[in-house]
Amino acid sequence: MAFASVYVPNFMVQAVVRAEPELRERPLALVEGEPPLWKVVAANQAALAAGIELGMGGSQAKQFSSVEIRRRSPELEKAAHAALLDVGWSVSPRVEDTAPDTIVLDIAGLTSLFESVKNLAAVLAERIESVGLYSHVAVAANIEAAIHAARGFHGITLIAPGEESGRLSSLPVEVFFLSAETFETLDRWGIRTFGDLAALPLLPLSERLGQEGVRLHELARGAHCRALTLAQPETFFVEEMALDYAVTELEPLSFLLGRLLDQLCARLQARSLAAGAFFLRLELQDSDEEDADNVEVRRKKSAAKVDPKAFEKTLRLPVPMRDSKTLLKLLRLQLQADSPRGSIIKISLSAEPARPRAAQKGLFILDAPDPEKLEVTIARLAGLVGTANVGSPELVNTHRPGEFRMAPFISATEDASGSLRFSPHFSASSVLRFEKLKGNNQPKPSAAKADSDEALTAGLKPGPTKQVGKPSRGAIAFRAFRPELTADVESAEGSEGSPCRISFRGARGEVVAASGPWRTSGDWWEEHGWRQDEWDMEIRFEGRSARRAGKSPASEDAGYSSGNGSREPSIGAVNEKRASRRGMPDGIYRIYYDWTRRGWFVRGRYD
Amino acid sequence: MPVSLAQLRAEVELALAGRVAAPFAIPERRVEFVSTGIAEVDALAGGLPRGALTEIFGLAGSGRTSLLFSALSARTSEAEACALVDGSDAFDPQSAAAAGIDLKRLLWVRCRTLEQSFRATDFLLAAGGFGFIALDLGDTPGELVHRVPLETWFRFRRAVEGTPTILFVLEEEPHAKTCASLVLQVEATRSRWKIAAEQAGESAAGSRRHAFSRLFEGSGIRAELVRSRTPQGVKTDFRDGRGAPAGTGKAAVFETQEIWGSPGRRPT
Repeated sequence: MAFASVYVPNFMVQAVVRAEPELRERPLALVEGEPPLWKVVAANQAALAAGIELGMGGSQAKQFSSVEIRRRSPELEKAAHAALLDVGWSVSPRVEDTAPDTIVLDIAGLTSLFESVKNLAAVLAERIESVGLYSHVAVAANIEAAIHAARGFHGITLIAPGEESGRLSSLPVEVFFLSAETFETLDRWGIRTFGDLAALPLLPLSERLGQEGVRLHELARGAHCRALTLAQPETFFVEEMALDYAVTELEPLSFLLGRLLDQLCARLQARSLAAGAFFLRLELQDSDEEDADNVEVRRKKSAAKVDPKAFEKTLRLPVPMRDSKTLLKLLRLQLQADSPRGSIIKISLSAEPARPRAAQKGLFILDAPDPEKLEVTIARLAGLVGTANVGSPELVNTHRPGEFRMAPFISATEDASGSLRFSPHFSASSVLRFEKLKGNNQPKPSAAKADSDEALTAGLKPGPTKQVGKPSRGAIAFRAFRPELTADVESAEGSEGSPCRISFRGARGEVVAASGPWRTSGDWWEEHGWRQDEWDMEIRFEGRSARRAGKSPASEDAGYSSGNGSREPSIGAVNEKRASRRGMPDGIYRIYYDWTRRGWFVRGRYD
Repeated sequence: MPVSLAQLRAEVELALAGRVAAPFAIPERRVEFVSTGIAEVDALAGGLPRGALTEIFGLAGSGRTSLLFSALSARTSEAEACALVDGSDAFDPQSAAAAGIDLKRLLWVRCRTLEQSFRATDFLLAAGGFGFIALDLGDTPGELVHRVPLETWFRFRRAVEGTPTILFVLEEEPHAKTCASLVLQVEATRSRWKIAAEQAGESAAGSRRHAFSRLFEGSGIRAELVRSRTPQGVKTDFRDGRGAPAGTGKAAVFETQEIWGSPGRRPT
């Protein structure tokens, strides 16, 4: 049985330094309380050397110009403690949450993974450093001995079984968690170290201090045994930062988000996890506070339990990630598209953990966009054309014409099956697939004819059910008009309702051939039901020959300019103008009569 | 003092000796071709070159989108990531699915302006990893595209060079000029309408009275090779092991067929 204890000295200061690494080398003092009664509660060695004393008034501490003064931050301490626990779980599944600055790990049986106990302690210290904390690590046969050794000795301490008493004897009694009364008693007796306490006879000690004395005696000898109280791993990772001064611009906000993301990603990495989603919450200053531009008003409001405004953003990732730079880009793009309206006084960023994706890379695996890069690209595209206009089209289970929805685009290697796709050049199954494709590509006029004949005999136009999804050479494509164009349709006398002339977009044309009407309807029980008569029409427009032969006029009222997109008219608007001037191109169009709107519309064109 | 070219060359080579192996040698690049999904076009052009810009142009209704769908179908069936920058939001997912395009493999960017289309293409090229990027400017007036600076096309060409990406540009008129490695012009030849057997013997006027007895079957498409960097007659090997026949002609004709239709169509 062996235990490793990790102690983070000067925890309050380290929690602040973790969020502001540039303070590491500078004198720093933390104050707590409301002015003018605020006091220094913690300081680093440089600040103490500069003359700062614990308990000193905040105003007095501010007189030291070389010393940085910060408020004690419970949020940062909470995040630092969570990071400490995460590192503990990255080494052992059995971790005790002893104190905010101390954890204990059961390392029994882990030497086979880390080669030696010394190596394990070094790895532990290194991982704690990676989350921005400096620690003391001690390994001993019992929990309390390990805790006291970590609290009392710098760096890594290894105590062999049976040597606890000797190794701990030099530690001062301040290392114990003692009540002020007991400490005063020991001080009066001249007991300064563990060794002094261990040398006292047990019976007289118990007579004077009771069971507390017996426990202290055992602790001083390193002989106190107890069971580990296991902590439960958190299922959510949160990093928070309360700001002394409100942030209003994206650039400084990105800087702070970058720090939080770095810390979150380090914690996720320590637990061998990635993030499936991020939740950003920004607490905003009320507008009447903005002039004050400091935390005092906010603190008063907070004391009065007035909820500040909040801005929330969710970043859902199609693939689990933990690359902080990529994630920062994605968050920035989201905030650029939709930025908070107000000054930010607190940032809270939480990550939903997910298993990291595992993809084996190799020479013959099909190229696919890098998921991180792809996400950034999609976010940029969404910023350019709108979130609803980027993605993978997905057909919906309806007969309503032109119905689809946009789904997130996921890289081929990250699909649900998770199977790796190999280049067809090296994969027998792919060759077979290709042969199948080649077979489908061969023209089969007789088969198509048979289908058509069968359908016509039955009074039905061949539907898509038989062939949808099959790769087929020469399938005619359809281009949709969005929004659909309104049209005027004329029917000739005696033609039983068949259209003979049509005009739309200011162009008038003759219907050379038509097929229809193909009636569809649905959702009649709902408000947005539809009922349409659809036609395929081959249309020849008037004045079209001039369009074919002539060259386009050089002067147009718009053009591609990289820096002036807002003034560029939409393609539809330009087409509208051009169509009214030069007519529509001949071709086969899909037209329908909408019975609900009582009008004719052009759905699109075959191309 | 006049110096001959050979001397100058030898001096430069000597100066760069040890640092650059062959400063004047142009490295031979092997271009990989993939099928367009239409054998006739493969025979004509040798397929679509990777790492190059391919331009397909033609008037509306000429069949250029059918060619795009065919190429997209072939690429997505090989599980390649494909992207479509839709310059006028004209892509129809239902007909695309019917043409065999695996929509899950397709990133569709719906643009409204020309600037959006070009910037979106820039982003996609910079991202890398896409096997096929299509820029659909089919409904964008040629006058607008004509104003795009030639540097943009050069930038696109440089961006795809040395990558496995096919940049496929669909438009009314060719604009990329020498930046395009392959330029094809397409035009519709004739449309095919099927008339029900009982109407076949009647006159055209008679059959028009009963439009429900007609069926649009498809159209013929003629593709003409305007420019190709692949020398004529050179056999190009596809990566999937199939060889495109040696093409020596200037044009190919193929048929398209209407295979999807709207579900549930019934004559009234």
